[in-house]
Amino acid sequence: MKRFAALIDRLVYTRSRNTKLALIADYLQHTPDPDRGWAIAALTESLDFPAVKSAMVRTLLATRVDEELFRLSRHFVGDTAETAALLWPDAPGPKDDLSVAAAVDALASASRSDAPAVVASLLDRLDADGRYALLKLALGGMRVGVSARLAKQAFAQAFDVPVDDVEELWHAIPPPYAPLFAWGEGRAERPDLKHVAFFRPFMLAHPLEEESVDLADYAAEWKWDGIRVQIVHGGGETRIYSRGGEEISGAFPELVAAFDQDAVIDGELLVRGEAQGGQAASFNALQQRLGRKTVSKKMLADYPAFVRVYDLLGLDGNDLRGLPWTERRRQLEAFVPRLADSHFDLSQLIEAKDWDDLAERRAGARDAAIEGVMLKRRDAPYVAGRRAGLWYKWKRDPLTADCVMMYAQRGNGRRASFYSDYTFGCWNDAGELLPVGKAYSGFTDEELKWLDKFVRDHTLGRFGPVREVEKSLVLEVAFDSIHASKRHKSGLAMRFPRIARIRRDKPAEEADRIATLLAMVS
Amino acid sequence: MAKAGHWLEPHPHGLYVRPADLWIDPSRPVERAAVTHGHADHARSGHGAVFATPETLAIMALRYGVDVEASHNQAFPYGGGFERGGVRFSFHAAGHVLGSAQILMEYAGERIVITGDYKRRPDPTCAPFEVVPCDIFITEATFGLPVFRHPPTGDEIAKLIAALRAEPDRSVLVGAYALGKAQRVMAELRAARWDAPIYIHGALEKMCELYAAHGVDLGELRLVSETDKAEMAGQVVIAPPSALGDRWSRRLPDPVTAMASGWMRVRQRARQRMVELPLVISDHADWDELTTTIAEVNPQESWITHGSEEGLLRWCELTQRKARALHLVGRDLEEEA
Repeated sequence: MKRFAALIDRLVYTRSRNTKLALIADYLQHTPDPDRGWAIAALTESLDFPAVKSAMVRTLLATRVDEELFRLSRHFVGDTAETAALLWPDAPGPKDDLSVAAAVDALASASRSDAPAVVASLLDRLDADGRYALLKLALGGMRVGVSARLAKQAFAQAFDVPVDDVEELWHAIPPPYAPLFAWGEGRAERPDLKHVAFFRPFMLAHPLEEESVDLADYAAEWKWDGIRVQIVHGGGETRIYSRGGEEISGAFPELVAAFDQDAVIDGELLVRGEAQGGQAASFNALQQRLGRKTVSKKMLADYPAFVRVYDLLGLDGNDLRGLPWTERRRQLEAFVPRLADSHFDLSQLIEAKDWDDLAERRAGARDAAIEGVMLKRRDAPYVAGRRAGLWYKWKRDPLTADCVMMYAQRGNGRRASFYSDYTFGCWNDAGELLPVGKAYSGFTDEELKWLDKFVRDHTLGRFGPVREVEKSLVLEVAFDSIHASKRHKSGLAMRFPRIARIRRDKPAEEADRIATLLAMVS
Repeated sequence: MAKAGHWLEPHPHGLYVRPADLWIDPSRPVERAAVTHGHADHARSGHGAVFATPETLAIMALRYGVDVEASHNQAFPYGGGFERGGVRFSFHAAGHVLGSAQILMEYAGERIVITGDYKRRPDPTCAPFEVVPCDIFITEATFGLPVFRHPPTGDEIAKLIAALRAEPDRSVLVGAYALGKAQRVMAELRAARWDAPIYIHGALEKMCELYAAHGVDLGELRLVSETDKAEMAGQVVIAPPSALGDRWSRRLPDPVTAMASGWMRVRQRARQRMVELPLVISDHADWDELTTTIAEVNPQESWITHGSEEGLLRWCELTQRKARALHLVGRDLEEEA
């Protein structure tokens, strides 16, 4: 636990993404199994110990520390795990080095009735930093800025393996990931995933710069304004993954039930709206269904979800990703009729004669759920990530950028109690976030409530009226134009920025880069 | 019988000793002030006469232009004191910073000690705290919550030296309050055999000279403003906390930001200050020191001031000690803790 506690401590105080990667990679290289696997699972919030919750920790603490002193301390520190770690009296005698694995075993096998005794005996074996690490591991809410994506990259860096392979394997192997480490260290073959519903990293698109490609080489397709999902059937189960590789099957049980084919599809998850005559509704409607672990009957009825299928990655046990788009498309068109049309339909191609024709159709698209046009190279295989020249997205006006919320400030008047003014940033080449603008409009009252709660729950620091937040929330910002500015560190200033939508589905690392914004400067 | 300590009146801007017509650490100008130590929340300019230790007077002369030679200002070494209006005043080491004192007042058979700020652990830059028996003990409570337990200073200094050695291309910039903390970090580094020059911000220069003149050996100090950037790689630089995020720090080679303060015990506090290397080094008593001191002094009554009064009050209640909170204003010099 000492090494893990030291790692957490360093991560807490490190803001640079590259330093975080180096710290985690070093830890993974120099820590034995299964400790490192459990540690990385804890960092990415992949562990859950149902018997150990913060209310239980508070009750336990009351057996050792005066409740009033705990309350005053908790108020000052602002975090239950940290308060408890600091307040728990040091047990006399030398501390043995409790392993992460031993702690995980003890926590996992604890029942509700013996959990307090189990946690107490673990705490007694640790110093304050160790207690902090243990309680964060047990309760979650690590807040060290380590996403699953970052952890996978650190793994790839530590063992010099392709990050795309790590992405695939990660979700197929449960913590503490022993086969993954064995493969990473070259001690074993790549684990066989034939019978597992594993995640395939998404193929992504670059923004299109005006007519920079030959249209004849590309197929055009609408870019729908939902969330990108991958549905995988394998090993007897069906799983739905979001873009970041998070499993979201629990939020969309009707889709899981309706997908009864041995296949892997890539598509856009949308909901049907009454105003749209049962067709795809705007992203706002879809948001009602996002971020839920379970879903009520009413939700299912009010916001029926369906998937508009873009691509076919696997069929009847075969991996189709190596095939050119044309061939995958042919198989996809034959495949989609095998699915229930209530929940799945085929994304239609746009037959445009030339750029002018395409531009006209793009401008004329009135559908609320259309975000723009996708261009996909006809001879390209399905490859992970964003590769030059293969896929382009050509969004509708206005300009938009995906930014990460950095700071929030309370508003005035009616909004005096809400954190309603947001400063957001984009990534520079060094992997740092630089502020690119500030917006305080564009969201509904419901969204404002949600944003305000997000700010309060993810505050890292306070500077007078301003709060610094955890850099994890992507905001799609719309703006009329963008200009060079000497006043801002990023060198950019947006004109009329507003929050177009909240991208809870998008990992912060995938927010736009400063370079992308610079290309939009008018 | 009159209420215990009735002759000492807490006012928002200081403690007033009525029979002597004298204020202790007043936060606004008065005719006569006894001052516990040189920090700005205790020592102010503009008083008529000042009574303090020689070191504190020297610090006040440096910081606020108090005229040490003027006959109305009087200096008393530890153990020394004076009488006024039937009240006997004496100064006793508080272990907080150079010259810091507790003030003992004896009047009508009653003994009252006001600690000013204090700590109990060893500090190479000042005399150790003296336990002075009394009836009423007026204690500070900056870290009056049980979450504050300062680790051994040597461990924190070892952390600092390890950071210097881990990245020899970078300097470590330590934010430390200009009076007391900065010199203590230097002296502790010397004790840990860090013999290289220590690079300092110009704002620390005069105070370091004052410490050296009082016999506190800080080793070789060099001004950042007179040094080439490259020379400071792998070296320790000390500056007031306000300089950490300042443009001034651009003179340093890719500095690791450190901060020496008791508040660094709480992670979110450290993050708030954008600190990469928190050093839990404080010139104030931590929770254990506060409670141990009350137990050792064992007064009839404790009066608790500036800090987390509620926490320490609760402890007194749990241990069945009589206590009350004083509510003095202007005692929140967070940078200095």
